Amino acid sequence: MEQFNYRLDYLRELESESIFIIREVAAQFENPVILFSGGKDSILVTHLARKAFYPAKIPFPLLHIDTGHNFEETLTYRDEMVSRLGVRLKIASVQELIDTGELTEESGFNATRNYLQTPVLLKAIEDGKYDVALGGARRDEEKARAKERFFSHRDEFGQWDPKNQRPELWNLFNGKKRSGEHFRVFPISNWTELDVWMYLAVEKIPLPSLYFSHTRSVFERDGMLLANHPAILRRENEVPFDEIIRFRTIGDITCTGAVRSPATSLDDIIEEVATSRTTERGGRADDKRAETAMEDRKKQGYF
Amino acid sequence: MNQEKAELLRFTTAGSVDDGKSTLIGRLLFDAKAIFEDQLEAIRLTSERRGGDEIDLSLLTDGLRAEREQGITIDVAYRYFSTPKRKFIIADTPGHIQYTRNMVTGASTANVALVLVDARHGVIEQTKRHAFLASLLQIPHLVVCINKMDLVDYKEDVYNNIKAEFEKFSFKLDVKDVHFIPISALKGDNIVDRSQNMHWFEGTTLLYYLENVHIGSDHNFIDARFPIQHVIRPNTDEFHDYRGYAGRVAGGIWKKGDQVTLLPSGFQSKIAKIDSMDGELEEAYPPLSVTLLLEDDLDLSRGEMIVRENNQPNVDQDIELMICWFSEKPMQLNGKYTLFHTTREARCVIKEIRYKLNINTLHRDQEDLKIGMNDIGRISIRTTKPLFFDSYRKNRITGSVILIDEGTNATVAAGMII
Repeated sequence: MEQFNYRLDYLRELESESIFIIREVAAQFENPVILFSGGKDSILVTHLARKAFYPAKIPFPLLHIDTGHNFEETLTYRDEMVSRLGVRLKIASVQELIDTGELTEESGFNATRNYLQTPVLLKAIEDGKYDVALGGARRDEEKARAKERFFSHRDEFGQWDPKNQRPELWNLFNGKKRSGEHFRVFPISNWTELDVWMYLAVEKIPLPSLYFSHTRSVFERDGMLLANHPAILRRENEVPFDEIIRFRTIGDITCTGAVRSPATSLDDIIEEVATSRTTERGGRADDKRAETAMEDRKKQGYF
Repeated sequence: MNQEKAELLRFTTAGSVDDGKSTLIGRLLFDAKAIFEDQLEAIRLTSERRGGDEIDLSLLTDGLRAEREQGITIDVAYRYFSTPKRKFIIADTPGHIQYTRNMVTGASTANVALVLVDARHGVIEQTKRHAFLASLLQIPHLVVCINKMDLVDYKEDVYNNIKAEFEKFSFKLDVKDVHFIPISALKGDNIVDRSQNMHWFEGTTLLYYLENVHIGSDHNFIDARFPIQHVIRPNTDEFHDYRGYAGRVAGGIWKKGDQVTLLPSGFQSKIAKIDSMDGELEEAYPPLSVTLLLEDDLDLSRGEMIVRENNQPNVDQDIELMICWFSEKPMQLNGKYTLFHTTREARCVIKEIRYKLNINTLHRDQEDLKIGMNDIGRISIRTTKPLFFDSYRKNRITGSVILIDEGTNATVAAGMII
């Protein structure tokens, strides 16, 4: 037998699959946009999009759904990256729609703008006439995501109907749609949290400082560490204290939990994630509201 | 940690709730330590609420509310775990006949199919159906897991009888590599650790098999096929005349300087460069996504194919297919559908339905030719323009198509070219 050396390691295979999906989006759609949150998954999607079209620039703009409750570090990173890559950035602001009265803000201790992202996203898609939005969701994140397609069909209200998704076979992705309908496409569906970290390390991709260990004023609620920040109303018994922490996911301040961690490098993070006994979304208050929280949000148009 | 050198293996599991499929997956995830404390806590609470004594591992794989309410799996769910040797993607598909389309979907990209057999019941209709679909979709490796051995006192003759029974019908199928493992998903026998109850079994555990089965030749490295997916033209000063043909290698090994033929034009050229953001590549092979540059200034576009002069695919508008139908609306003889094949889009008309296959008995029915949801049949079609294809047996990428309803845009069929 001939000795075969034509084997891809799994990170290269995942990379090739994702690049294929991103190029398929460019070929099948008129007006794509990349959803960019400043988190590692959307950073990865953006990096893969660069690879997909090199040496041309990424032919799509980035869209940031700005809840107004951002960590400063996220915005710094975002602006730096946008200028480095020479891509266009669109910002859809939750605050603006609150100010115009189109949205009503939750109040109280558990108030979060996370749910307000959905209508803002849908409006931004409508206003920008985007026919597809690329997102960094992964199937290992959450059980409703485990059944999501690479090409996720949404009706004219942006709704996801889990029973009416198109089967995806081989390398064949059906992006046909009627006018008004659109798609969400998830190029890194098959990556796990650990895969993402390993790849970011191999590719030496710069990341927001929030992911690395730092000292921050936090307080504890329902077993989670939340940032001590004006956007979150603290109860009287929720006393802030300084802790050495990092964030495993980056989202809206009000629902992103921190973890105690000494990890200061990507290698430390990989070691920590590989031995971790909880999922990364375990630190997200938005998934804790109900057993089917994600499924319900997706049906309404969340990505 | 040497994880980045590990290979990726995709496998599909077919079986019903009764076969213990969900328990098997739960066991693999649990023993491979791919289950986290918060997930375990969530299913422990659910198990308790339902009045169970032990943690029900099968709950890990129940996804959507509709499924949990009915206690069944409806859709394909993807699960992930890894060991130091490999990363695994499980396409967990429901086994009931009405979900044939989901099994076909999960099987389309799999290297290995696990077929579950309940040791108490032996080979039943469903087992045959699963094995047949694995062969129809040309999954290179098939593992028959004879489960619930604990309920038959781990007897060797039960295992041997089921194995013989399976082989009696599987010789009719087009499967090259069949493997048998007696297991108990519930008790953990021969999943990750060798069973202490079946010393008579000299084979390997399921995980050992999955970690070591040779998948290096599951792709076609012989017949060079490069469907053009997207044309890259930067239009910048630095890359003024750059014209790159981006795509994913569907077959063969490509090198700089290779003499190539372009389809459909038949023009010849040479590969000037295999490009990527990480620099020029020496070689490209499946399933790499790369960008090819040619020496001659030709204007190629998506849907065209780069091949070798002395090894060309079929070029034809009349095509014979095995198809699996996905839609509630039956296939229309003489009906017109949109067709996707590699990166090429065409329209086609269903010219003839040759037979419908009974997937339990493999009987070819030439009388009842109504192809409805989950039916499998052989048809012939004519396309509006030529396709550049191989038989599905030869290449799963250049041998497969999907059909799309022109009214609803739904994917209504998967086709495998004969």
